Amino acid sequence: MPNPSGTSAAGGTASIPAFKPVLDIKKDFPVLNRQFGGMPLHYLDSAATTQKPLAVIEAMNTFYMESYGTVRRGVYRLSEKATEAYEGTRKKIAALINAASEREIIYTSGTTQSINLVAYSYGRKFLKAGDEIILSQIEHHANIVPWQLIGEMTGAVIKVIPVDDTGTLILEEYKKLLSERTRIVAVNHISNALGTINPVKEIIRLAHAVPGGTGAGPGGRGAVVLVDGAQSIAHMAVDVRDLDADFYAFSGHKMFGPTGVGILYGKLALLESMPPYQGGGDMIMKVTFEKTTYQSPPHRFEAGTPPIVEVLGLGAAVDYLKKTGLDRIAAHEHALLEYGTAVLKEVPGLRLIGTAAEKGSILSFTLEGVHPHDIGTLLDEDGIAIRAGHHCAQPTMDRFGVPATARASIGPYNDASDLDALAKGLKRIGEMFR
Amino acid sequence: MSRSNELYQQVILDHNKNPRNYRVIPEAELVCEGHNPLCGDHITIYVNVDATGAISDLSFQGNGCAISKASASMMTAYLKGKPIEEAKLIFSEFHDMVRGEFDPKSRENHLGKLILFEGVKEYSSRIKCASLAWHALMGALEKKQSATTEA
Repeated sequence: MPNPSGTSAAGGTASIPAFKPVLDIKKDFPVLNRQFGGMPLHYLDSAATTQKPLAVIEAMNTFYMESYGTVRRGVYRLSEKATEAYEGTRKKIAALINAASEREIIYTSGTTQSINLVAYSYGRKFLKAGDEIILSQIEHHANIVPWQLIGEMTGAVIKVIPVDDTGTLILEEYKKLLSERTRIVAVNHISNALGTINPVKEIIRLAHAVPGGTGAGPGGRGAVVLVDGAQSIAHMAVDVRDLDADFYAFSGHKMFGPTGVGILYGKLALLESMPPYQGGGDMIMKVTFEKTTYQSPPHRFEAGTPPIVEVLGLGAAVDYLKKTGLDRIAAHEHALLEYGTAVLKEVPGLRLIGTAAEKGSILSFTLEGVHPHDIGTLLDEDGIAIRAGHHCAQPTMDRFGVPATARASIGPYNDASDLDALAKGLKRIGEMFR
Repeated sequence: MSRSNELYQQVILDHNKNPRNYRVIPEAELVCEGHNPLCGDHITIYVNVDATGAISDLSFQGNGCAISKASASMMTAYLKGKPIEEAKLIFSEFHDMVRGEFDPKSRENHLGKLILFEGVKEYSSRIKCASLAWHALMGALEKKQSATTEA
């Protein structure tokens, strides 16, 4: 039974630490208060997508009902108001990640498009045969495949930073890979499959120090670094200037906002050096059949009518994040991660995959004799939603010698009852298959 | 009975744990590897056909969930000895059943105990698990080396 205080039922026993909640925000999320088959929903798939608070849903509804119009085109009041709100989200995002200017914030459709934008625009212009792109062994396919495609076009070669048995990047190996041939380093901030928090500040410092010539580092040297922030943006405070990230990519729908909108942060000097990614309306200065000139960043990279209402919803999500507090979210989730790790260790036959010292709130595991898909289907019976599969990270699965894992990922709205239900369900499934 | 208990019946759990014909047929006449790109699971089917056009030996190996493994196990046990044409007919009945397009109670059919898999139709995400081995078998009979559930 979920208990109203959100504290752990099992807390206080010798092996399982008591869970003290920092937040109590389940009530803000309408879907989490519904019953499914007469049971409460235990939503443990926030790494795939987060649920939406009422504030975001209402902001979007209200905008459709009262103020909807196009942006950056109309001369009527509806469009002017919409444009103000639309550009206002850009300022909110810039403040959230401490960007130097809102001109460094590009609206995309999500992390995947953000990475593709850098690969195609920056990569096609600056990469040549023999150049090297460094990725980590635990990337999402979205941070592997675009670089492979660009590698095929330009002749650039991909190198991979290995991880140890806990899922921690081996920095000594990374240092060996860095050379004057390194042009781009692309790594995630938090691994979606394992939860590892990567030392991106150090990764960036080392990349900027290589003797090559992309100009990302001091003195016009160094390689540029793209950070895939899909799993970090809603779970920890991110400061792109402190990290000195060249590009930082994330998705709206993983930070309590709607689907269909994402962000690419890029340092202005880099963005200014880059050609358009897609052509269309709104990204041009002047078009003739002889010659077309382009807008400055960020609009150079935003062809066509954008997802206006989604951007508005994302603005409301940023407000919600700030109100809740990213430090409090991180503290709440970390406490739940420790509690969840302890209760899962009590499940016979369970093996945690990803045991790095620095971890985000992701619990990836296998259960002896039970395929992850069977775990997923059977947990659904108890109202528990988890992800089962390769998590779009097949090289990560290969590294750990498993075809797939089950993954419970925690959001700030989760409490101990969700993890108690998970452990109980897993024990039942283990017995069923024995 | 709860929804998933209907799917994970004892027979299916037993075939998952002790799969029948789970072996390689050395120098099999027909071999086809079936892939489910949605989950990365794969099952290889080995077939020998005799002079009369009947399946004289049938086996499988691979990696999959309980539903795909039990389906492969029961398929091999059920189809061994049957003429290829009958196997193809059973495939189409089975495939239609798990997709919810054929109710095995509505008319006579050739599915026998394979109707255990009817419950799969309630799980749109699991239909391809149940049909993976079958797609691989059809691929093998068409002399293909690989097959996918996305065909």
